[in-house]
Amino acid sequence: MPKTMIEFQDVGCVLNAKNPQAILSGISLEIADGQVVALLGRSGSGKTTMLKTVNRLRAFTSGDVLVDGRSVNTWDVIKLRRRIGYVIQETGLFPHLTVEENVCVVPHLERWPAERTRSRFREVMDLVGLHADDYARRYPRELSGGQRQRVGVARALAADPAILLMDEPFGALDPITRADLQQAFLNTARRVAKTIVLVTHDLREALLLASRIVLLDAGRIVASASSNEFLKLDHPTAHQFIAASELRTGTAA
Amino acid sequence: MNFWSFFLSHRHEILTATREHLVLVCVSMAIAVAIAVPVGFLIVAFPRGRSIALAIANIFQTIPSLALFGFLIPIPFLGGIGTRTAIVALVLYALLPILRNTYVGLTGIDPAILEAAEAMGMTERQIMFRVRLPLATSFILAGIRTAAVITIGVATIAAAIGAGGLGTFIFRGVAMVSNAVILAGAIPSALLALLADYSLGLLERKLKVV
Repeated sequence: MPKTMIEFQDVGCVLNAKNPQAILSGISLEIADGQVVALLGRSGSGKTTMLKTVNRLRAFTSGDVLVDGRSVNTWDVIKLRRRIGYVIQETGLFPHLTVEENVCVVPHLERWPAERTRSRFREVMDLVGLHADDYARRYPRELSGGQRQRVGVARALAADPAILLMDEPFGALDPITRADLQQAFLNTARRVAKTIVLVTHDLREALLLASRIVLLDAGRIVASASSNEFLKLDHPTAHQFIAASELRTGTAA
Repeated sequence: MNFWSFFLSHRHEILTATREHLVLVCVSMAIAVAIAVPVGFLIVAFPRGRSIALAIANIFQTIPSLALFGFLIPIPFLGGIGTRTAIVALVLYALLPILRNTYVGLTGIDPAILEAAEAMGMTERQIMFRVRLPLATSFILAGIRTAAVITIGVATIAAAIGAGGLGTFIFRGVAMVSNAVILAGAIPSALLALLADYSLGLLERKLKVV
């Protein structure tokens, strides 16, 4: 039984002090080391907020989130974030830095020796299926959307974090590039064995990439199932997702 | 008297006035940059001071330039007749464009980039100097460029309080009702403004990242 890497304990979160509308309530979930979990939900269901409580981009108001057995609030926030890779839809690559400089931001911040940083750059570029020499000196604006997203993943993996958080990483891509990158993700995930939490509103993507799907609705977890069992779930929100994805029990792609 | 004959016969005087003008502009710009850029950083780091700092800079900009020179004359230490007073007024004028562009440049950054920087475990200081500053450089430079062009123009009025410069010819020409004399001050001043605009524009494009 692998150890628990991330644990949500009855987490609640409100919009802000002036407007105490709940964004998350009663979130409890354990994610084991090496597991790939998809947080599935509609826009505004709280899935991104839930993801961001893990690296403290978002503060929660009740309950607790543990990373590696320790409450994130007792972690030094800078150390915590440098141990967690983070990938977002718009990639957030730094436009003034080359691909190599972008990918090596955290190794630089951590003052790795130059030799180690260089070889790590080659490793992670290889992991995401890009040829290091072809891209090292190029700037993000010279890349296609798919290439940028791969570089974004390479950057998140650079310092070899135990956890990877991905917020709709393939949302802004055309269907063919997305399928490519999903395949690349599966190859990468198999090779790195990291705990991955992936936010998506696409059931097909969740089924393809994750071993477990957590369904959120209006800030609550309404269902949590392995990918195999998800299509058999008897929950109205799950039905909606299945219907919208044109998937039926037994005919899953 | 036609312009060319006046220009040729007074070329040494015009050259001296141009030099005085350049000194006024360069000293004022150096001081204005040294004040406005750091203040711009401070109001990004401490947003509470933002409205006050921008309002003060705004107020100086709304005072008519001749009136501002006049107001400064009776003020002890800063004021009086001459170059020092002129520099104080020019600095006050140049503050706003530089301050505003520094602020806009540092804050107008794609939120996804800032979020990525934060998520990667950059400290506030690292975000400021490794992300915000390099992305804001061309904005800050654009502010300096605007301020330089304004300062070169306004510096002609400094002659009214005895600070010399190209304005000397303009005021003299107005008094003599002589276009030739006015142009002897106005043309070099316009050329300086164009030159400053062009060269700072080149630098700005060179430093632009996206």
